[in-house]
Amino acid sequence: MIEIKDLHKSYQTGSSSLHVLKGINFNVAEGELVAIMGSSGSGKSTLLNILGILDEADSGSYILDGVPIKNLNETVASRYRNKFLGFVFQSFNLINYKTALDNVALPLYYQGVNAKDRAEIAMSYLEKVGLASHSHHLPNELSGGQKQRVAIARALASHPKVLLADEPTGALDTTTSYEVMELIQGINDEGKTILIVTHEPDIAAMCKRNVILKDGLIIEDKQIVQQRAKLYV
Amino acid sequence: MFNKDQWNEILEALSAKPLRTFITAFGVFWGITILVILLSASTGLENGVKRGFGGMSTNSMFIWTNSTSKPYKGLPQGRYFNYKNGDIDALKREFSQLKYVSPRNQLGGFRGSNNVVRGTKTGAYNVYGDYPEYILQQPMKITKGRFLNYTDINQKRKIAVIGEGIIRELYEPGENVLGTYVKVNGVNFMVVGVYKSISTMGGDSEEKGKEIYTPFTSFQQAFNYGDIVGWMAITAKDDYPITDLKPKILELLKERHTIAPTDDRAIGNFDLYAEYSKINGLFGILKAVSYIVGGLILLSGVIGIINIMLIVVKERTKEIGIRRALGATPWDIKKQILTESVVLSLLAGMAGIIFSTLIILLANSILDGLPDASEVMFANPSISLTVVVIALLILVLSGLIAGFIPARTAVKTKPIDALRTE
Ligand SMILES: Nc1ncnc2c1ncn2[C@@H]1O[C@H](COP(=O)(O)OP(=O)(O)OP(=O)(O)O)[C@@H](O)[C@H]1O
Ligand SMILES: [Mg+2]
Repeated sequence: MIEIKDLHKSYQTGSSSLHVLKGINFNVAEGELVAIMGSSGSGKSTLLNILGILDEADSGSYILDGVPIKNLNETVASRYRNKFLGFVFQSFNLINYKTALDNVALPLYYQGVNAKDRAEIAMSYLEKVGLASHSHHLPNELSGGQKQRVAIARALASHPKVLLADEPTGALDTTTSYEVMELIQGINDEGKTILIVTHEPDIAAMCKRNVILKDGLIIEDKQIVQQRAKLYV
Repeated sequence: MFNKDQWNEILEALSAKPLRTFITAFGVFWGITILVILLSASTGLENGVKRGFGGMSTNSMFIWTNSTSKPYKGLPQGRYFNYKNGDIDALKREFSQLKYVSPRNQLGGFRGSNNVVRGTKTGAYNVYGDYPEYILQQPMKITKGRFLNYTDINQKRKIAVIGEGIIRELYEPGENVLGTYVKVNGVNFMVVGVYKSISTMGGDSEEKGKEIYTPFTSFQQAFNYGDIVGWMAITAKDDYPITDLKPKILELLKERHTIAPTDDRAIGNFDLYAEYSKINGLFGILKAVSYIVGGLILLSGVIGIINIMLIVVKERTKEIGIRRALGATPWDIKKQILTESVVLSLLAGMAGIIFSTLIILLANSILDGLPDASEVMFANPSISLTVVVIALLILVLSGLIAGFIPARTAVKTKPIDALRTE
């Protein structure tokens, strides 16, 4: 599903340049649930953003579902994001003047799905995350955990190949985090490929594979025995 | 390009901050209001002034005689001369571009001695000898009976058409006018018609309602004018401005009356067409000024929209980042900003058009309520459909211009940077 080879990325700040990714090699197969770990500033978000076509690597190759991602113009990049990728952010990033339902329907709007189908599909994903009853609430009428579920429903709505989550539980308390992880595990059980950036070992333990970054390199990459979140809730 | 979804997106975005949307829209609202009111006021002024012409044939001139100012072919300077009936025929023959050549003679008049008698009542009035065409050159309203006709001319009938102002002075209220006689300089004329003046141009309308029209031929005979023509009203066909024909006409008349070709004073003339053209030019300028002033005010409204849209884009940087992460293409984003500003300026502008229309309606009803509405040099200020269409086009254009810079700003930031902003 994801193949990256010798990926490099530096940031230019003024005259100095900061080499953040120093040659990442890493493949993800369909259906994996990967936790990307590492200390702050190790380049986890940078890597995830490149995987999400929100940012571009300086060198190296990235192939997503057989499609080489290289020198795309913004229009094509938007289409690929829409078609291949779903994003979940630490700060939820819901649009605050849209209801839960409209937020979930937004990726479908950009896919050109008509209003009626959009509402139907969005509703089915809200049901899936257990928030059908809150479909007409605005984001500020939802708790953090609920917001993150709406965000997950939105990430799934366009039926992406890969779900990318940057610290999805970073702003949530432990119980809520586990609830969200339970949801993510359920989605993964259905076969979706998911990458999660996290600081928290307990969250990482709920994934199937742990990748650890340090100073822009992968220092450890291991399959683990998945802890089911359900047991902790 | 414009579907219901997009419409909803825009309404949602605009109504998220209603007060700010309203204040932003106000600049454009105000600009278009001023523009429309200025334009309709200049139309009103134009209508008022042109109504003053009372439907006169404006492609006309009037010529009369003065004394010569130069000796010529043995004839002395300061000589008096008169037009003759022959001049009329010559003009008609030589100038096929002329529509009417009406000779006129005139007797007595304002501040003159009393020249009209009816029973025991007398008055001093202008008495004219005219051709039937005169009513086409200087329209008036026939309120009773008829105007002169060619049978009157051919048979030299002693008939007269008199003004309503005269009736007030020479008749008892309610008295039947048609068929009665008035005595002009001792000659009886039968009244066959009554007119009412409809022009306010060229003098006092009160005075214009006190005139007497008689057939030209009868006039010449009754008052011993022989074949003398006092003056002429000449109207050219629509495609030939009388101003262009004037030099040739004067040349012909000078030749016929042995006047030096360089004598500019012997023939007096008033060129109505030139006057009318000047006034028309003035209204062209007035319209242009309205467009410029209104347009400039509108421009400040547009700058207001640019400003606000820039702020909106800045405020929504994060939202735009989210949308782009979810698959909005740069064009999707641009389109939304552009349509938002077009819709904003269109809504504001239409409110402005409606508002100014109400003001104009109010002005109209006030004008209509004036007792002497026809004396006011201002009539029926109105906005034409053309003005509305032009205004709407200007609005769409302004909206596009106002949205253009913000739209570019909106997609300039990389999605990742947009997402990082707080
Ligand atoms: N846009 C940028 N410009 C300059 N430097 C950047 C930029 N984004 C990230 N960096 C730097 O790159 C390094 C890696 O950043 P990154 O966000 O990938 O770290 P991270 O592993 O996600 O850290 P955290 O766990 O704190 O989120 C950091 O040193 C950061 O300061
Ligand atoms: Mg990070």
